[in-house]
Order: sequence, then structure tokens, then C-alpha cells
Amino acid sequence: MGLEIVNDVRTDYVCNLVRNGKREDGRGFREYRDISVECDVIKRAEGSARVKIGDTDVLVGVKVEPGTPFPDTPDKGVIITNAELVPLASPEFESGPPNENSIQLARVVDRGIRGSEAIDLDKLCIEEGEKVWMVFIDIHVLDDNGNLTDAAALGAIASLLNLRIPNERYGLTGENTLPMRDTPVAATMVEIEGNILVDPSFDEGNAAASSVTVISNADGTLSGMQKSGSGGLKEAQIAEMVEIGIEKAGEIRKKYL
Amino acid sequence: MKEEIELIKDGKRLDGRGFDELRPIKIEVGVLKRADGSCYLELGDNKVIAAVYGPREMHPRHAQDAKMAVVKFRYNMAPFSTDDRKRPGPDRRSVEISKVCREAFDPVIMRELYPKAGIEVYVELLQSDAGTRTAGINAASIALADAGIPMKDLVSSIAVGKINGEVVLDLNAVEDNNGEADMPIAMIARTNTITALQMDGRLTKEEFGRGLKLAMGACHQIYELQRAALVTRYNQNYESKKEEK
Repeated sequence: MGLEIVNDVRTDYVCNLVRNGKREDGRGFREYRDISVECDVIKRAEGSARVKIGDTDVLVGVKVEPGTPFPDTPDKGVIITNAELVPLASPEFESGPPNENSIQLARVVDRGIRGSEAIDLDKLCIEEGEKVWMVFIDIHVLDDNGNLTDAAALGAIASLLNLRIPNERYGLTGENTLPMRDTPVAATMVEIEGNILVDPSFDEGNAAASSVTVISNADGTLSGMQKSGSGGLKEAQIAEMVEIGIEKAGEIRKKYL
Repeated sequence: MKEEIELIKDGKRLDGRGFDELRPIKIEVGVLKRADGSCYLELGDNKVIAAVYGPREMHPRHAQDAKMAVVKFRYNMAPFSTDDRKRPGPDRRSVEISKVCREAFDPVIMRELYPKAGIEVYVELLQSDAGTRTAGINAASIALADAGIPMKDLVSSIAVGKINGEVVLDLNAVEDNNGEADMPIAMIARTNTITALQMDGRLTKEEFGRGLKLAMGACHQIYELQRAALVTRYNQNYESKKEEK
């Protein structure tokens, strides 16, 4: 209950600021917090990246192992994306099985990578019907200060771009880099008091009735979207969000990938 | 890359529909006796049944909200509803869909009228053929109204997608499995307010805009069908009451 009251007060505060054209950290509505991407931070993982967006801190590790393909795609590699909102990252996270928020986070990141066909799954086939490379993308949230989605998606694509396939460990030969064809980047926006804000902070995320994640590719096509939250949006607002999302993704891609 | 399967012939889709055409929709209101509200709906080969319980005491109690009712939404596929048997129980896909569907109703359900209560919506997919969550939302909307839950409006839902390079309405399973993109939306038709939006696959900005317009148009059609189904049902009630007298 205590936390709820604090959240109500924070929501009022954030909404008041937005009404006056301001944000709590002094950013413009279309401005991201500082982003940092650090690749290859985990030695045991085939690919990894630690992404910070402001104080939000997400670690993505990718493990690559040989496994059995799905029966309906015997000649294709497998991508499995998972997210853990571990209790160390927020007083609101609890240990236990994945809840709907962690599932949504993983599935939205997964959707972007799949939709863009960023990974050439055909090239991950080792032996048709028997053995393919399984790519496990694990998102580990370390500090939740808002906009986990963009940090996780950026961490995932950065990890994949720097990934080494462990051929030697399994006595195999072949390319050691992952065949990547695109670089999907997520941009999340919230609507508060009729304004569109990019990269919501924790309080802005709570204050907003709805948020939209737009995932777009190097050529400006869209490869995934997700609206979340209990508000409604107008067609024009969504169109504007798509416009802004593509632009912001382009900036992030140019600078950090 | 997926090999291209011919899904469009002579400007028509394999099931004979045009690009902007919905599958046939059949709606029956109040099909379950125990539930407070219910609806059976067919969207093409999708068969879905929705039931609403509540407002009633929310369990577990720690999940109660002192200010408003809590809405629980469960989207569930029957094990026999798909080509390959679906393992019973919730999986990651159904958890996400349940969340998106619940949020699609957040702007309309007047939750503040029932503090501490729970409103439960159960959607069971009996037979699936792509677009199941849109069928589920359409059915749930009617079931909520049938249960007498105060709502500001009905919610209507449909998907658009891209097949063989064309933006088309309401994909069926063959189209969905071999298509390039799928985008389900939910909308309050009267105010053109979008309450759910997901996109999966690859679309240009222009295709997205066109698809959204197409889906919004179809939501208006679905809204009329939902409304008509409710009116028919309550006229029947009225007529039978008159006869009793």
C-alpha cells in the first residue's frame, strides 16, 4: 500500500511536468537518456552485451549450443529468447516463475529479431533433421529504471552481432560468426497528457496509460510492434509514434551498433 | 527465406475473399447457464466461447484493489483446437495474449464502480484458424455486456496482415503461416480509439498505415455485428417475458 501511494504522487508529479513541457530529468520529449553498450562482457557466453539507458541496466547473454531442430523446420536453427526480472533489479520484482511482464519483454525482443529475419536460420543448420545451432538469448535485468524493452532489444542485437559460434568445442568446422542480415532496433514511447515521450523513465512508465514499442530495421521497415498498458490511442498518435520510432532507432543503430 | 506459396490468384485469396473482406462471423449471446455472461463466436473456422463471472469477491484477497475492480483475463486454447495437440495449460504465448486482451478492455470497463471486486473473463478457443485473439476479444466484449458489466463501449478486434506482398484483412491459418506479417488490433469503434496493437513480421511504414486503416474500417463492421447480436438477444428476452404475462 505504501508503495502505491508513492506511485500516485510520482504520477501526479510527472503528469504536471509534462503538461508544462518538461520531464523530471530535464530531457526533451524526443530525447533518450545516455546510452552505453558494452559487448563481450561475459567470457563464458558466446555473445553478450551490457546496455545502460540512463540508470536502467540490462545484461544480455547469448549461449549457442547444438540441438535437435523442430520437426516442422528440420533445416533451420532455433532462437529462444527468455527474460528474467530478478529480484535484485527492483523492489517490485519477485522470484518465481516468469510473470506476464517478463514474458512480454522476452517475446517483444524475440519478435523484432524474428520479424526482421536478422539471423539467417538456414545457415545454422549443421545436419538436416538431426542437429542445428540453438541460439539462447537470455535477458537479465539488473536495474529497472524504466524502458527495459529498448535496453533488452539493443543488448540482444549487440550480442548477436558480436557472437562467435563455438564450432571447435563441438568438433565442428564452419563460420565462427553468426550470419546476420539486419539490425532491428526497438524504440519505446509513452503517451502522457496527449504528449509522446520517448524512452520513458521508471516514473513516466508508471504514469503513462499506454506505451508503444516500435521495432524497425536498417532500411526503415517495421519488424515488430507492441502496445502495452491500459490506455487507448488514436490513429494519428500511433502514426506519429511509428515515425518517431523509426527515426530514433536509426540514430541508435548508427551510434551503437 | 520462406519459399513463396501462392496465396492470391486473379486478385482473390485462396478462400475466395477479396483483400478487404472479413471471414464470415457468427455470434450467439448468452450460451452458458452458469456464467454471468457468455458468448459463442465464429470467425471463419475459429470457434471461441467466452464467459464472464463477476463482479464478485476477488481471490486471492491480497490481489484486491481498494480503489477498483481487478480484471482477470484468461485466453486458453483447448488441446484439440490445433493441428498438433496443444499441451494443456498456460504457455508463454497465452500469457502474453491474455495480458494484451485484458488491457484492450481497460479503457472501457468501469472498474472504479466495484472496489475490491474481481471481474473474470475466460476465453476458450475450441477450434483455431488464425486471428484467435481477435475472435476472443470480440466474444469477450459481448460476454461482458451480457454479464451487465458497466462499460463505456464495446471493444472490437481484427487482424490485418501481408501475404504475397499485399496487405489483406483477417488472415486465415494458411495465410498466417505463409504470410509476411500479422497485425492484430482492438478498437473502440465509436471513438476510433485503439486499445490493443501488436505487429509481427515485416511491413513498410506505408503498408502499416494502410493496414491500420483497413483494420479500423473492419472494426466498425464487427461493432455493428456485435451490437446486433446483443439487441437480438435482449429483444428475445423481452418477447418471451411478454408472452409469460
